[in-house]
Amino acid sequence: MSNAATAKEPVAVVGVGQTKHVAARRDVSIAGLVREAAQRALADAELTWAEIDAVVIGKAPDFFEGVMMPELYLADALGAVGKPMLRVHTAGSVGGSTALVAANLVAARVHRTVLTLAFEKQSESNAMWGLSLPIPFQQPLLAGAGGFFAPHVRAYMRRTGAPDAIGSLVAYKDRRNALKNPYAHLHEHDLTLEKVQSSPMLWDPIRYSETCPSSDGACAMVLTDRAGAARAPRPPAWVHGGAMRSEPTLFAGKDFVSPQAGKDCAADVYRQAGITDPRRQIDAVEMYVPFSWYEPMWLENLGFAAEGEGWKLTESGATALDGDLPVNPSGGVLSTNPIGASGMLRFAEAALQVRGQAGEHQVDGARRALGHAYGGGAQFFSMWLVGAEAPVG
Amino acid sequence: MSEPVRGPVREVAVVAFGQSEHVPDSAETSEVEMLMPVLHDVLAQTGLKARDIDFTCSGSSDYLAGRAFSFTMALDGVGAWPPIAESHVEMDGAWALYEAWVKILTGEADTALVYAYGKSSPGDLREVLTRQLDPYYVAPLWPDSVALAALQAQALIDTGITDARELAGIGARSRGGTDADPGRQLVGPLRTGDCPPVVDGAAAVILAAGDTARRLVDRPAWIRGIDHRIEAHSLGVRDLTDSPSTRLAAERAGAFEAPVDTAELHAPFTSQEVVLRRALRLDAAGGTVRVNPSGGALAANPVMAAGLIRLGEAAAAIHRGASDRALAHATSGPCLQQNLVAVLEGER
Repeated sequence: MSNAATAKEPVAVVGVGQTKHVAARRDVSIAGLVREAAQRALADAELTWAEIDAVVIGKAPDFFEGVMMPELYLADALGAVGKPMLRVHTAGSVGGSTALVAANLVAARVHRTVLTLAFEKQSESNAMWGLSLPIPFQQPLLAGAGGFFAPHVRAYMRRTGAPDAIGSLVAYKDRRNALKNPYAHLHEHDLTLEKVQSSPMLWDPIRYSETCPSSDGACAMVLTDRAGAARAPRPPAWVHGGAMRSEPTLFAGKDFVSPQAGKDCAADVYRQAGITDPRRQIDAVEMYVPFSWYEPMWLENLGFAAEGEGWKLTESGATALDGDLPVNPSGGVLSTNPIGASGMLRFAEAALQVRGQAGEHQVDGARRALGHAYGGGAQFFSMWLVGAEAPVG
Repeated sequence: MSEPVRGPVREVAVVAFGQSEHVPDSAETSEVEMLMPVLHDVLAQTGLKARDIDFTCSGSSDYLAGRAFSFTMALDGVGAWPPIAESHVEMDGAWALYEAWVKILTGEADTALVYAYGKSSPGDLREVLTRQLDPYYVAPLWPDSVALAALQAQALIDTGITDARELAGIGARSRGGTDADPGRQLVGPLRTGDCPPVVDGAAAVILAAGDTARRLVDRPAWIRGIDHRIEAHSLGVRDLTDSPSTRLAAERAGAFEAPVDTAELHAPFTSQEVVLRRALRLDAAGGTVRVNPSGGALAANPVMAAGLIRLGEAAAAIHRGASDRALAHATSGPCLQQNLVAVLEGER
């Protein structure tokens, strides 16, 4: 029978590795950068290159480094010679999508142990202009992603009546969290809320300190099946649900503030993971917040707050590291942004939380965590929910 | 590799294939305009509506389009509303098909739409492809794709594996047998007749699982096995006269378990067909394998779609009863660096 599909193989994260993210890694080549993260993930899993069956790599546009399909050149550095190698590109969500493609290889029982990795070496070029599309593709007024997203932040503020200071609260919180994460790019020890609020206005209402940096960095994970997890030296993170959703860039009726694709993606993940009340059932969230205001916006989009109420959650302190719903304990995209890797960092940090391996930014007793990424014109979404216990069934 | 071969847990078939007319210069046509008729074609072949598709996956390259996120334009043409489950590889569409096949194996999808497109005409493809070489040691020298293929061809001639006569014969056969002129020398030993026509084009395939596939078409092209492998990037550490990655992928896909009657090889250069035939053992004594009845990439090579087209042509041969067991191959990277092999079968 064609529909005699056996249940999916459970997928476990048994290794996580990342580089120290900085503005420019002039000491390493692109190959050196990705290999550093991969070796750390292998070391965490206590596995060798020979034990990896396939490699799935992701990054944002090739123009960011000026190398077309760089996975061809990176095959050697990632120990992929003689193995299958896939290259995913789904805009800003790519780090998450890449992890999900890798997870599916295990879930479908095509491979047992897969290395997945995402990177960006932004210092090789200028990402802002790499994203500023030439005529005739786009009107010449949008310089970088901030110019694209600022009007949608303004729309959110108008729609909800959120006080102007909410964005600065998010930025201050995330940059303080980053001080506890040794891998974070920005470590602004003397940052104060007043400094965030008086930083230069870049794209009204988004200020300099409410904007993600440009980083060089890579993130890698080792994903394996039930048997692989049983041999793992440290507690695994189990994938309880994962999904991707896409919608067009522009169309009549598109809600840029809370895109339908984001809602649908979260609903799919929650259904797979048996989540009915995300606010209560999820212990930590790593969401893709490149501009501070996206925290309250995504809190609503992902079902943690009712429509129009997300900013109240932020304002109450609930999303702080010691709140009841810590958001971006790692410091998030606001503190570290190697674009192609930013989504995978969210997925990996969620895994670290439920493995109890997050170090100083560990959320006490985190059992279930959500990793979230988005990209394009708020149109590509990828998410996974990981747990400390193996999924039932 | 220590990993054992484990059979697919679900039956998956190619149930429809469509491609655009491939033209040398589509300046008047956008990628979306090139793609839309092809998408409508494959949907019409199956009677499916866009909303019936569980998963969509595409392959394309920003470096051909000359802009970042070029695949988002194509997505606008797919009609992703309400939102769809969708992914994209910055690879030939053959690998998008692979990702979709995996997705169906997980049970999360029963149907998948796979598409790929490439417009080489706005740039100089030979120059553009130099940008996929090692950025520190090779790309600064701008060795173009024909020059690298010529190195491979010369190595084959030097070792006595092939000669100019055989290469000319492959070129002539690929162009339908009417044009036997090997053309002028481009980069020795390769002549124009050994090289692919650079064209713009798009292709699409629909995959379906088990009984869904049987319901949609009379004779689904079942994917009995599919695998892909990559080799080292540096040409200096490779034996260019061989393709171990193709052989390994073929083994993993089960290609050697029974003879195939048809092979669609993604060999943009005549010399690469020689390498692939050897790696895939297509010239075994008494063999009667029809190689590239479609003309292959030597007849039309829309970059990023040409590999998916090989899978589509092999499937179409099964759909119309011209093949019972076909091999399809796709390649990527300089001198066959990365290779994918699929084995397709019709029910007899």
